[in-house]
Amino acid sequence: MRKIISLILLGIVCVGIIFALYSIPFGKDKIKVGKHYIYNGIKETGAVNIVTSVVLNYRGFDTLGEVTILFIAALGLGVVLYGKKKKRKEGLEPASLVLYTGCRFLFPLILLFGAYIFIHGHLTPGGGFQGGAIIASGFLLSYLGCPRKWISKERFNITESLGGLVFVIMGLIGLTIGGYFLSNFLPKGIANTLFSAGIIPILYCAVGFKVGAELAGIIYNMIE
Amino acid sequence: MIFVFLLVFLMLAGAIVASIFKDLMNSVIAMALVSLIASILFYFLQAPDVAMAEASIGAALTTAIFIIAIRRTKRHEE
Repeated sequence: MRKIISLILLGIVCVGIIFALYSIPFGKDKIKVGKHYIYNGIKETGAVNIVTSVVLNYRGFDTLGEVTILFIAALGLGVVLYGKKKKRKEGLEPASLVLYTGCRFLFPLILLFGAYIFIHGHLTPGGGFQGGAIIASGFLLSYLGCPRKWISKERFNITESLGGLVFVIMGLIGLTIGGYFLSNFLPKGIANTLFSAGIIPILYCAVGFKVGAELAGIIYNMIE
Repeated sequence: MIFVFLLVFLMLAGAIVASIFKDLMNSVIAMALVSLIASILFYFLQAPDVAMAEASIGAALTTAIFIIAIRRTKRHEE
C-alpha cells in the first residue's frame, strides 16, 4: 500500500517536472547578464577564462562563502571523528614494491599538475577548487602507497588558515583602495599572459591551497 | 550523437544499479561510474571547468571517502 502511494506521488512529481521543463525554451538566452559577461568580461577583468572572471571578480564574495562552507564541513567531520581515535597498529602492512615506487614517482607529478591548474586558472579551464581537489587526490595516493611518510595534521591546518587569510586580506585591501570588497586593484596587464588579470591569480592560489589542505585533512581524518 | 545517448543510458543504468545492490562496495563503484560519465557529458556540453571538478571530486575523492567509511562500518546492507 505504501509503495503504491509513493509511486503515485512520484508520478505527480514527474508530470510536474516535465511540464515545467517543457515551457522553458532551450537554446535561447533569456538572461541579459550572461551576454554582458561574454562581451565585456575580458575587458573589465583581464581574465581570458570567463568562468574565472565570474567566480572571482563579479561573484567573488560568493566564492568566499563557498570556501567557508567547505571549511565548516571539514571542521564538523573533525568534531565527529575526534573521540574515536584508534591507535594505529604497529604492524601496518607495507605496500608492495610496485605501489610504493609508483606512489613515490607519481606524487610530485600530481602536486605539480594541481598547482598548474590553479595557477593558470585565469587562462585555461580549471581553478582553485579543481586544482585543490587534484592535490588532495595526490595526498590520498601517498596515504595509500607510502604510509610511513605521513604529513602531520598541523601543517594542513596552517596552510588552510594561511589560504583563507590571504583571501580575506586581499579583499580588505580592495575595500580600502577600490571602495568595495575584492575590487581588482592591481593592473590588469595584457590579456592571455600569465601575469594578468590583477588579483585573480593570487586569489586562486589562496583558494587552491585552502581547498587542497582541507580535502587532504578530511582524508587524513577518515584514514587515521 | 549515438555515443552521447549510449553514455546517458549507461549513466541511468549505473544510478539504478547503485540503489539496488545490497553490497555497498558495488554501489560505490556504480556511483563512481555515474560521476565519471557525468563529467564526460559536461565536457561534451562545453563546460570543462565543471567537468574537471566533477571528475576530481565526484569520481575520485568521494569514492575514496565512501570506501574508507565502508571499511570502518558494515559492508552489506540488510
